[in-house]
Amino acid sequence: MSKTVTVYIDGQLYQAEEGQSLLQIALANQIDIPHLCHHPDLPADHNCRLCLVKHDGQVESSCEIQAREGLHIETRDSEIRELRTENLKLILASHREKCPKCQEKLPCPVAGLMKKYGVTSEEYRRKMLDLSVHKMANAAEFDPNLCVRCGLCVSACANIGINFLKLEGKSSDAHLTHSQNPKVDCIYCGQCTVSCPVGAIREQSHLTEVEAALADPEKIVIVQMAPSVRASIGEEFGLEAGINLEKKMFTALRRLGFDKIFDVNMGADITTMIEAEELSERLRQKFAGEKSVLPMFTSCCPGWVKFLEFYYPEMIPHLTTARSPHIHSGGAYKTWWAKKAGIDPSRIVVVSLMPCTSKKYEADMEKLSFEYQGYKLKPVDLVLTTRETAALLKKHQIDLLNLPESEADLEGEYSGAAAIYGASGGVMESALRTTAHLLTGQELPKVDLQEVRGMKGIKKATIKIGEQEIKVAVVATPRNARNILEKIKRGLEEYDYIEFMACPGGCIGGGGQPLQGTIETIKKRIAGLYTIDANKKVRRAHENQVVKDFLAFAKAEPSLAEKILYTNYSVKNKFE
Amino acid sequence: MHLKDDLLQAIEQANLVGRGGAAFPVARKWRRIKDLAKPKKYVVCNASEGEPDVSKDFFLLENYPAEVFKGMLLAMDFLETKEGYFYINKKYYQALQVKIDSLIEFCQKRGYLIHLFLEEPSYIGGETGALLNSIEGKKVQPRYKDPSPSVLGIFGVPVLLHNVETLYDVACVSSDKFEQTRLATISGEGIAKPDVYRVKSEQNVSEILRQTANYPNFDFFVQVGGGAAGEVLSSVQAETAILSGSGSIRVFPKTISPYSFLKNLFAFYTRESCGKCSPCRDGSWQLLQLLTGLDEKSELPWAKFSPIIKIMDKGSFCNLGKSIALPVRSYAANILGIKV
Repeated sequence: MSKTVTVYIDGQLYQAEEGQSLLQIALANQIDIPHLCHHPDLPADHNCRLCLVKHDGQVESSCEIQAREGLHIETRDSEIRELRTENLKLILASHREKCPKCQEKLPCPVAGLMKKYGVTSEEYRRKMLDLSVHKMANAAEFDPNLCVRCGLCVSACANIGINFLKLEGKSSDAHLTHSQNPKVDCIYCGQCTVSCPVGAIREQSHLTEVEAALADPEKIVIVQMAPSVRASIGEEFGLEAGINLEKKMFTALRRLGFDKIFDVNMGADITTMIEAEELSERLRQKFAGEKSVLPMFTSCCPGWVKFLEFYYPEMIPHLTTARSPHIHSGGAYKTWWAKKAGIDPSRIVVVSLMPCTSKKYEADMEKLSFEYQGYKLKPVDLVLTTRETAALLKKHQIDLLNLPESEADLEGEYSGAAAIYGASGGVMESALRTTAHLLTGQELPKVDLQEVRGMKGIKKATIKIGEQEIKVAVVATPRNARNILEKIKRGLEEYDYIEFMACPGGCIGGGGQPLQGTIETIKKRIAGLYTIDANKKVRRAHENQVVKDFLAFAKAEPSLAEKILYTNYSVKNKFE
Repeated sequence: MHLKDDLLQAIEQANLVGRGGAAFPVARKWRRIKDLAKPKKYVVCNASEGEPDVSKDFFLLENYPAEVFKGMLLAMDFLETKEGYFYINKKYYQALQVKIDSLIEFCQKRGYLIHLFLEEPSYIGGETGALLNSIEGKKVQPRYKDPSPSVLGIFGVPVLLHNVETLYDVACVSSDKFEQTRLATISGEGIAKPDVYRVKSEQNVSEILRQTANYPNFDFFVQVGGGAAGEVLSSVQAETAILSGSGSIRVFPKTISPYSFLKNLFAFYTRESCGKCSPCRDGSWQLLQLLTGLDEKSELPWAKFSPIIKIMDKGSFCNLGKSIALPVRSYAANILGIKV
């Protein structure tokens, strides 16, 4: 246990742990100290020099001062303000002209700082390097000439175990770039975008396309929200993390002009069904002593799939062939629902609201397109991250928090098992609830599988289904995935089923979520998701009537079922 | 040769200080690392010498390389370690390869493993944290002050880091040849014999110039101490100022325009900033931009320099960025009579 000490900030007394930085202490006590390069979950680099304070009359950066008994700092001194202002002018030189958000008058992460310190970003002209915006497939992108070289994205990328991003060059030529190593590639998870304080590394925006679709009277625009978005979008409007705004969101989406309000959660129930069928079959083969590829791996995270296809292509056969939730439901809308509603499927535009950047990459995959009624259709046309969704609402002056609640349209019906898809362990838990039913005809004695919940990067459990014991693991981040995959390859550990997610905590900690999220905020969001599940009457995917109807429709036409329920994988090269 | 404890005492009595520029007492550094209960320790020789106007380390490696290595072995014996690093500027190594290679081989035969580390020449590469990072294969950027390199230097191993001249001094102390001297690098246009000279440890600048027959026959000012980061002094101030830092004395004719003087200075900082922190990286570049379009005869925008100099001084992460204030302010005050 570290020692508790008393420190004084602007004459006020605070208790802190010895050795904690004064910046951390100030932030924990809602004392405003500007900072760009600090993130509570990432190593400190002390490079932005904005958190300057006075300590014994000397100017120091508060992230470098370690708490000890009786230490005093001043944060509001006029010299400090002058120095912070000058530094901000230097750091943000030419920011506004390069920042797409500032250009579109959308909320930009540093707008508040600029306003508070009276900095316009036009005080100095930045040295523009001859570097273009780099696109990470069609998921994310970074602009080295907007980057302030705080290095948080580089740390975030290293932290999850990828190390694709790096800062290179010295002096004013220092710039963000990516690894040239042919064996290192981005997996499009977007963790980097969550940490960027200036919008230099960000999702590839689909806002313009979504607005165009909404304005087009010929289009039937369907929106579907991922499990995680409802538990995090409130943060963009100043709420605590983890507050479920699902019903207000349904109202908000109607006001934006979407024609149909469906739900990715319905798709999650489809995925659970398809994945549980496949797992049951692979397990049945194993129990019968037949050849079977186990462990089976989940595939609903495109970041994880890209990771496996690039780094461990020899293990591709372990991936379930089930498509991911929003792709499943998107396919359902353009076939089953279109037929039911009597709508020409080519008029339908499906927009997914996701906590994720890799879903943009996935939605654009050629292999997911399918032929139906003479048209070539994409299951999902456009993807907005949680942040883009909030920006869209703000742009249209929709006061989310004060809206009345409403329900999704009928085909958006979902089970509690779907709601928890957003949390690491949720896919596994949902699939096991249904696999047990498929294998034994009985339900699991306990619907909640506490063993696979929580923020731990690797969770292991043995679940009894009937007379058989199923060994499972739940893994988040590539760093942890490597660890488990290497053990499997060497025969050190054996499993039947493993859930993998690229982001810490699963989709709820995704790369499309509100900026500057921390492990603490992710935990709160997760709690929100499990509350939704616990309060649902229907908690198992196989009890969802909408999904039953759709699957009856799809399976009546095996050639269609093949096209909209299953997928395949291939070895990926760098930048693919 | 002195025995271990004996040598420490002799070093203390000689008041030996680090000659990398910071003048930290050598004995104190030795004792601190000796007292650490760590199974492994390294001695590292810093032969980066990235400051313009300083070439004393090259002078020593060219003329007294055996003494420098002897100093290194003495430090290794004192710490009871057999392993160290010789961190050297690539250009220096190219010029001195034969001497250095044979000395490393000589040490190896006597059971000391000295790793040769070739540095891409740069100013920041000689900074303690940047140097250690460089050996670890990390970015050549300064480190956070805590933990100190004496505790966690390279790959978690404590490091005793000394400049070339300091190790040379240690060797001199051990053979009772240390005479309270240091090296001065004298440079500048129009002076008679620019070179490296042995001078008294506490000698004033004008006296050094006279003794070495370098006292200019024209109106001049000097920059003293740490190359471009050194303090600017008028010829009158040079009469009483003691040579400090890494021992550079650069003579400038008083006729040099403020534009030329500052352009060189700002260009140095712009070039050598490691790029880590914004005040140094962005500030130095903006300072240079403020001179764009101006010439020898221009009135300089001092009011615009001032806030940048101030944030570099007070806000930079390491001493490189902070150090710009001294030459700019002392030049303005001592030569031009302007307060910045």
